[in-house]
Amino acid sequence: MHPFSLSRTDDIAKAIAAHAMDGQVAFIAGGTDLLGLMKDRAALPERLLDINGLPDLARIEALPNGGLRIGALARMSEVAADMEVRRRFPVIAESLLFAASGQLRNMASIGGNLMQRTRCAYFRDDDAPPCNKRRPGSGCSARHGLNRNHAIFGWSDACVATNPSDVAVAFAALDAIVHVRGLAGDRSISFVDFHRLPDSTPERDNVLGRGDLVVAVEVPARVEGCASHYLKVRDRESYEFALVSVAAAVAVDGKHIRSARLAVGGVAHKPWRLAAAESALRGVPLDEAVTLSAAIAQSFADAGPLAHNGFKVELAKRAALRALQIAGARK
Amino acid sequence: MSESSSGGDLRDGVVEVTLTINGRACKLAAEPRMTLLDALREELLLTGTKKGCDRGECGACTVHIEGRRALSCMTLAAMQDGKRITTIEGLQRDDMLHPLQAAFIEHDGFQCGFCTSGQIMSGVAMIDEAKAGWPSAATVDVAKPFTLSDLSNAEIRERMSGNLCRCACYPNIVDAIANAVGRS
Repeated sequence: MHPFSLSRTDDIAKAIAAHAMDGQVAFIAGGTDLLGLMKDRAALPERLLDINGLPDLARIEALPNGGLRIGALARMSEVAADMEVRRRFPVIAESLLFAASGQLRNMASIGGNLMQRTRCAYFRDDDAPPCNKRRPGSGCSARHGLNRNHAIFGWSDACVATNPSDVAVAFAALDAIVHVRGLAGDRSISFVDFHRLPDSTPERDNVLGRGDLVVAVEVPARVEGCASHYLKVRDRESYEFALVSVAAAVAVDGKHIRSARLAVGGVAHKPWRLAAAESALRGVPLDEAVTLSAAIAQSFADAGPLAHNGFKVELAKRAALRALQIAGARK
Repeated sequence: MSESSSGGDLRDGVVEVTLTINGRACKLAAEPRMTLLDALREELLLTGTKKGCDRGECGACTVHIEGRRALSCMTLAAMQDGKRITTIEGLQRDDMLHPLQAAFIEHDGFQCGFCTSGQIMSGVAMIDEAKAGWPSAATVDVAKPFTLSDLSNAEIRERMSGNLCRCACYPNIVDAIANAVGRS
């Protein structure tokens, strides 16, 4: 790795001020994504600020109203093992357990998970082929290159990368809230607005700026929470990023869907919520697969697959149906 | 830039780091960019921990940090200042191999041996995770408490997926772990 300095702090205000004032400062928590980026020379910060000592950011709280508040420094494995997380929102625990490996889950923080960068092979390539995310203005090698793993929704000619996080898909489906502290104080960002589409500035993965630190993710109580499931489809059965994944949560009256929440991963620069499908699913019996499929298909009318990932459209539709039915069976 | 007095202060590009490794306090001077893996191998000459991919993909560098399995290639030595680290060299007790080490020999859980220390460190901690009731991606219903009797071979395979073996000794590794669980 390139030479850099490292310091640590237990003072959140100082951490935020240091990050705001100095564009060469990067926060480090678990380090499992940042150090990989540095080894691939896709990130070259001059100064690392170790935030693991910041107080009170590692707590997992089961809120009295049925929701959760997950501190940004809580480790993926701790959140996945938490009995209240597992009971209230199985989809969150499952999305974490289907990600990475046991070792990495012990290291990686929830805040860092949301901040992890794309696995696009051109972006990660240390020979640095054209990549607007890595070097703005240099072009997108994947747009007309190998794009089997890339986006089918929301991409631009500047970038066709996907967001690799699994738990972000669950958080998006549940309309979680990201609590951020910055120089101007605290603010809350609705999860679906946290990550951005690439447009003409794909170097920005999310809406955070200098001096912004994720402090927690809050998951409000949801009637669909218990009957939820995360389904991940990938080239290997374990320890691999998603080709497509689905977070599904459903509330059922008798056998009819009262309300459904669906988000898809591996298909866009951010977790992709299936809003049209969610509306169309209302009132549909859970055992009528043909009607469910037709409702889900409504969210795929505007899919725009690339040269090598046309299969993702059908795969995502079928994965959404299966995830919905498994979730519904958990009522 | 803020720096606390709790350690890891920058001095001429070198950081003083104290790690408790296998029960012994070890001091070293490291550049901030030195990974825990390189500190163990190059500075402390504990070469039982292997460097495979150096990218967090193979699991060969697995150690325990504060009792939990972690990849030593994906963390900086200076970030672990003050922490308790266990490596494969620290697993045996009173000249007796750890039960999982013995089980790997009995079940022929390796050929070339390069991944073995990582496999064993991962396996030991994985058994502790299962005992603590942690579920996995192979767990059918995560909302139910997980008990050691739920630790099927499919569960073991899933929980060990972060450790690659290019000799493909996987069936014997799973047998060794299943056997060690029964014994512990």
